Amino acid sequence: MSKNTVSARFRRVDVDEYDENKFVDEEDGGENQLGPDEAEVDSLIRQGNLVEALHAVLKNPPINTKNQNVKERAEGLVLKVLSAFKSSDIEKAVQSLDKNGVDLLMKYIYKGFERPSENSSAVLLQWHEKALAAGGVGSIVRVLTARKTV
Amino acid sequence: MAYHSFLLEPISCHAWNKDRTQIALCPNNHEVHIYKKDGTKWSKIHELKEHNGQVTGIDWAPDSNRIVTCGADRNAYVWTLKEGAWKPTLVILRINRAARCVKWSPRENKFAVGSGSRLISICYFEQENDWWVCKHIKKPIRSTILSLDWHPNNVLLAAGSCDFKCRVFSAYIKEVEEKPGPTPWGSKMPFGEMLFESGGSGAASQTSGGGGGWVHSVCFSHSGNRLAWTCHDSTVSVAEGGKTGTVNSLSSETLPLLCVTFITENSIVAAGHDCYPVLFVYDSAKGSLAFGGKLDVPKQAAQKGISARERFQNLDRRASETQSTDKDLTSLHKNSISQISVLEGGRNQCTKFCTTGMDGGMGLWDVKTLESAVKNLKIV
Repeated sequence: MSKNTVSARFRRVDVDEYDENKFVDEEDGGENQLGPDEAEVDSLIRQGNLVEALHAVLKNPPINTKNQNVKERAEGLVLKVLSAFKSSDIEKAVQSLDKNGVDLLMKYIYKGFERPSENSSAVLLQWHEKALAAGGVGSIVRVLTARKTV
Repeated sequence: MAYHSFLLEPISCHAWNKDRTQIALCPNNHEVHIYKKDGTKWSKIHELKEHNGQVTGIDWAPDSNRIVTCGADRNAYVWTLKEGAWKPTLVILRINRAARCVKWSPRENKFAVGSGSRLISICYFEQENDWWVCKHIKKPIRSTILSLDWHPNNVLLAAGSCDFKCRVFSAYIKEVEEKPGPTPWGSKMPFGEMLFESGGSGAASQTSGGGGGWVHSVCFSHSGNRLAWTCHDSTVSVAEGGKTGTVNSLSSETLPLLCVTFITENSIVAAGHDCYPVLFVYDSAKGSLAFGGKLDVPKQAAQKGISARERFQNLDRRASETQSTDKDLTSLHKNSISQISVLEGGRNQCTKFCTTGMDGGMGLWDVKTLESAVKNLKIV
């Protein structure tokens, strides 16, 4: 049988990188975004003020940063707050958010679906139902089309 | 409201003639069919076969009675009616990707074609050579142009693109027109100059971050001072010339909207993947855009009592006790609406508009009837 003796290394070249028409996203300075304040959120959870904790954890979303650690830390914190709620309180908490807040919450919910842990999916599904009622299908479309997400 | 089903295939694009007795549409193939109104029926009177690829845009110039079509075969044709038949003239666009949309300018001495080649071709007729010539607007467009609309001054052109931005360019051709006067969008307008660009990441701070979505449709208001566009991230936005930095967007709760038009200076009708037209109201003083109402009057299904036997049968077959489900579409169109056009009254006092969609049907909407039929609907 004949064997190809010429090098096949050219197959590992990513030709899209050399395309001069390639679309490059605009870079926004996102190095200062550190995500929500962990200490503040923790203290609010301990105080039992869950709605405030939700508002606090939705501040400073690490949208533009490329640092994956910051994003993961933010997601973990959000999940902690969402799990601390009682099922009956979820609806009221969602009502207290404005439109941008609902969109941001939806982004975190879908991010949480990507890496399911013990009980996270059940909690997230309850939140998803209430957020969908508040934001409509449009909020999910915005999660799918956002180029820079949490 | 009237609904006429032309085909089983989607209607790719349509255009009306001046007195609204004839409609030219593309039945999702390489041809353009012209239908004439015959009482309550529509009969096909012409078939325009010249394109080698799907026809993606049609525009009918009302006064000069010429049709321009553009297609996926990278060509555009200008059709003139001679002795009862439509004769095509090829226009060389010098593009290497499909053409996506085409629009005659208000004075019908030039037309613009948006394409996948990341540029806009402005075509005008050169008398000496008896030939259509085109000029390109390239910078700073970075992706396919999905939609175009001309400003009433015949020079400014709005373009919505897949690079998430809506822009206003100058398409001033010195061979066919005089220098335009200043407008709220700017006073210096050399060819190809960009006078406005919507920020994907620039505009009013939003925690949802930058990017937005593909701009599906753009529309100038009747005066040309306002510009509305719809994006794939389910938003609709309005910008006013001269007021830079204030772009007012509304994140809607519906699926993305594919087409938009002004029906008065303050009211916008848009339609898209939700299969029904929607009204938005723009408040200039407050600078805000608000949802005005859903413009579809679903037929009320007769609610009869369900017998116990029927309940169990439904439970068995459909896992729910009732006969009808939420999934049945109650709107006039049964699939996404892809294009909307004003029939009567112009963009400042529209009384009738028309929608065509992927269900192969055309809906004719009467604004007065809608105002009375839908509760709390106010068209300002």
